[in-house]
Amino acid sequence: MADILAVLYMDVLRVDPKRPDWTERDRFILSKGHAAAGLYAALALRGFFPMAWLERFCQAGSLLLGHVSHHVPGVELSTGSLGHGLPVCCGMALADKREKKSHRVFVVLSDGECDEGSNWEAALFAAHHKLDNIVAIVDANRLQGFGRVDEVLELEPFAEKWRAFRWAVREVDGHDHRALWTLLNQVPFEPDHPSLVLAHTIKGKGVSFMEDQLAWHYKSPNPEQLSQALKQLGEKH
Amino acid sequence: MARQDERIWLLTGDLGYSVLEPFAKEFPSRFVNTGVAEQNMTGVATGLSLSGKIVFTYSIANFPTMRCLEQVRNDVCYHKANVKIVAVGGGLCYGTAGFSHHATEDLAIMRALPGMVVAAPSDALEAAQITRLAITTPGPFYIRLGKNNEPIVHANPPELHLGEPVCLNQNGGEIVLVSTGSLVSEVLQAAEVLKSLGIEARVLSMPFVKPIDYKKFLQFLDGCRSVLVVEEHTAFGGLGSAIAEILAEAALNIKFARIYLPEFMNFIGSQKDLRQKLGLDASSIATRAMTLLTKN
Repeated sequence: MADILAVLYMDVLRVDPKRPDWTERDRFILSKGHAAAGLYAALALRGFFPMAWLERFCQAGSLLLGHVSHHVPGVELSTGSLGHGLPVCCGMALADKREKKSHRVFVVLSDGECDEGSNWEAALFAAHHKLDNIVAIVDANRLQGFGRVDEVLELEPFAEKWRAFRWAVREVDGHDHRALWTLLNQVPFEPDHPSLVLAHTIKGKGVSFMEDQLAWHYKSPNPEQLSQALKQLGEKH
Repeated sequence: MARQDERIWLLTGDLGYSVLEPFAKEFPSRFVNTGVAEQNMTGVATGLSLSGKIVFTYSIANFPTMRCLEQVRNDVCYHKANVKIVAVGGGLCYGTAGFSHHATEDLAIMRALPGMVVAAPSDALEAAQITRLAITTPGPFYIRLGKNNEPIVHANPPELHLGEPVCLNQNGGEIVLVSTGSLVSEVLQAAEVLKSLGIEARVLSMPFVKPIDYKKFLQFLDGCRSVLVVEEHTAFGGLGSAIAEILAEAALNIKFARIYLPEFMNFIGSQKDLRQKLGLDASSIATRAMTLLTKN
């Protein structure tokens, strides 16, 4: 998901860190609010708030709560309980559509999150109202709370489901920046249809001992693991 | 109001047939039937309000509140979104429809939510005022409506203020009868019954179950020694609970009783019949008031 956010915030979203309330901005909602750390890092790098704030992530008294908070500059919607982002996204997109505004509404969902029925209510709604200003990106890492998606509650045929709901669907390697950039600059994929990017990802990508491991949904690295992970990710010390 | 304020939108969860058409016809760009999908309706309402709109959501009984409770809490309340939830058929309006359609815990549930205003107009005159207040008061607002052409209880259009009770008669000081919503009309009739027995009863309509202006409420009790709260709601967390909290905190030497609904209702009937069966009709209310007055 970090790759998706990097491409969105650096090259796709029309936002202005100096004017977080600029009315013509693109909207972005991180519906999988548990991935707050990634969003906060992207917002800090994009200049919405000082990088130093990140040091106090999830600590008492910090603005950067464990789940995404709208009290943080640049955040549109607080999330944390799954299945809330897409419906709100539909409301924003409908307001813009009916007022013939040109900005877009982006939302990132997880694949496990698609167990929530509210997403499918919203999927019906977005297609019915021809909200082609919506771009939903599913971070499909095939893992969820208790295990693999296909073991917990099978989503396949996943892309077909979205197509059946009359979304324009594209699949992409969710770690390939160039491919993501190309795709996200082609929206809407089809006029009058909301766009769905099914981004195939690997949880913990780039860190050998974290990749595709469910346990790292819950764990925090100890100092040794952190340094090893950063080394693998190519951070210069 | 929608003619004067272009921010006003109306969403319905596919209910309101023969009621909402005039709005839909006059303001098609600000009307959406979101389908039978209350979670999405509430999320859409939040999204619209975060884009500057004042959004009314509309459905029957528990559908716009409980079916989408978490959307109301996390999306609407936490973001202080300008979403006004309208439930038609509060209490036992849909008496014959059965348990699913009895909105009998809604006041408690909405009252518990952060920043939510909870209103229940006693008649059409209060409903009009409450609608105006919902539009001018920023943030979440719940309106529990009746349904069956409730009798008008006010002689003149009242001027409502957020949180303030309204005294419907200036009777003297033996007992105060307190209620909310369309049940106020039964309470007014109960006061008439009591009057015929030589007992003066003051009647308070509580258009707002939250917030309640404590000071104003206590002023209306001046000189009274008994308070009876009557509500079309269960015993837990509704108007009776709210008044009990106020009285306990004020540590008044006052007698207090409530009439409320049982937790389970495994029977149906018209609202009128159910009120009679459950002791919420004028005559039962008057009898309960007498008992309270004679209690030491």
